[in-house]
Amino acid sequence: MIGKHAVRYGSLLYLAAILIAPVVLVFYRAFEHGPGPFWDAISNPAAVHALRLTLYVTLITVPLNTAFGILCGIAIVRHRIPGMGLVNAIVDLPLALSPVVVGLALYLLYGNDGWFGGFLHDHGFRVLFATPGIVLATLFISLPFVVREVVPVLREIGTDQEEAAATLGASAFTTFRRITFPAIRWAVAYGVVLTTARCLGEFGAVSVVSGGLAGRTQVLTQYVQASYENFDQTGAYAASVLLAGLAILTLLLMTVMKRGDRSS
Amino acid sequence: MFPLAVDAARFLPTARRRAVGAPALASGLALTYLSVIVLIPLAAIAAEGVQGGWQHFWEVAWNPEARAALKLTFAVSGIVVLVNAVTGTALAWTLVRDSFAGKSIVNALIDLPFALPTIVAGLTLLALYGPTGIVGVDIAFTRLGVLAALLFVTLPFVVRTVQPVLIELDREQEEAAASLGASRFHSFRSIVLPHLLPALLSGVALAFARAIGEFGAVILISGNLPFKTEVASLYVFQRLNSGDPQGASALALLMLVISFLVLLGVGGIRRWATRHDR
Repeated sequence: MIGKHAVRYGSLLYLAAILIAPVVLVFYRAFEHGPGPFWDAISNPAAVHALRLTLYVTLITVPLNTAFGILCGIAIVRHRIPGMGLVNAIVDLPLALSPVVVGLALYLLYGNDGWFGGFLHDHGFRVLFATPGIVLATLFISLPFVVREVVPVLREIGTDQEEAAATLGASAFTTFRRITFPAIRWAVAYGVVLTTARCLGEFGAVSVVSGGLAGRTQVLTQYVQASYENFDQTGAYAASVLLAGLAILTLLLMTVMKRGDRSS
Repeated sequence: MFPLAVDAARFLPTARRRAVGAPALASGLALTYLSVIVLIPLAAIAAEGVQGGWQHFWEVAWNPEARAALKLTFAVSGIVVLVNAVTGTALAWTLVRDSFAGKSIVNALIDLPFALPTIVAGLTLLALYGPTGIVGVDIAFTRLGVLAALLFVTLPFVVRTVQPVLIELDREQEEAAASLGASRFHSFRSIVLPHLLPALLSGVALAFARAIGEFGAVILISGNLPFKTEVASLYVFQRLNSGDPQGASALALLMLVISFLVLLGVGGIRRWATRHDR
């Protein structure tokens, strides 16, 4: 029995030391001097702009990657074309690839000497060090989440009902709307939550392509870094608490959805 | 369950097949999007990395600073793999086989490193283990700090791959072993561990890939000291910022290949495991 408790306390101690204690301390530090300084730090113009830019990028990215996730999931499971195994591995790549490599790739494409950068620049369109670059980086990084959630569910439900709908004369779109989508809706919702969390927190790829100009191209995660490096610890902790709060909200939603999925 | 039923679509007349599976349009759209967002950018890295031929690629990728960064990255990621194999399995075991107050909260907290922005992860570690920390340990700007940051962000991988296998695992064999006098450790090693092995391997492989490429969690705590705490991703970032996209691309290409190999390896482990299940 001692062995059992050693595993329990050992693993929980590790969790506390590496994860829980540091996160709790950041919350404490942010509110150390009461809610006044916290509010001042959150409501300064650079912080507000960073938050708005982050939300703006997320609002563009999440719907695009959700639509792609559903289409790609259907393509992988239902459409057997050669090379789908490779497509599968490529879809997972953003999960395993360094965000800096992603940022560098976009820099090489859209920089002034890049493959597309020169052409776009001549037509007065800025990608790098502007919002489109941040959106492209976030699209890449948050691409796999909806696909990963949708694929196993599509495999499990099979094609029986879809075939039945088709033989009864339903169009492909009607079949999708009435049969396929209701079956995968929890998986899609779960994927959307994960995508949103990833978009709000993206840092590495965005750091490379955004330029990080305060009040212009700085997202909230970059605001945390800039504040810390400018010895504005209160600002860094306050913005971190905001992001951590969103992360915890994500966890709550995930837990609720797992229950909803099980009961349906 | 009925793999034949799924494959039946293949034998349907074309008119019915079109409505059944994805119209070719879905695949076409998905592949185009994938190309624009993922494939073309990665092709740019490959093209830039090998621009001056292989000889030049090695010269650029193999300079002393890059080598030091790679060495540190691999060494620390190796330690991350070993620590995660032990603590991840222990945590999964605690969550599945043990019961205590607040277990469901602990279970939900495991995913926090996935949901928390990496820069915030780095900052939280600095708050506790940095110069102004309250425990009297200062690991800022040290390799130990880099290790702590990587342990933070890779915590969920092994737990989340091992946990479902442990839940499904039948306890009959373990009970039989116990009744025959096997110790708990012995029965874990020779009965439970072999079942967990494929999941454990994919978990540590994913943690390894993540550790190799991590940037946000490391940037504040490491201080980016070349030859001391500069990891591969920081080296790539620093090369690009000092106007050397080719040097950055050489190392980035190497990291890209490693990530892809890890993913193919994990896919291989999964196929191997499902074949053994049958």
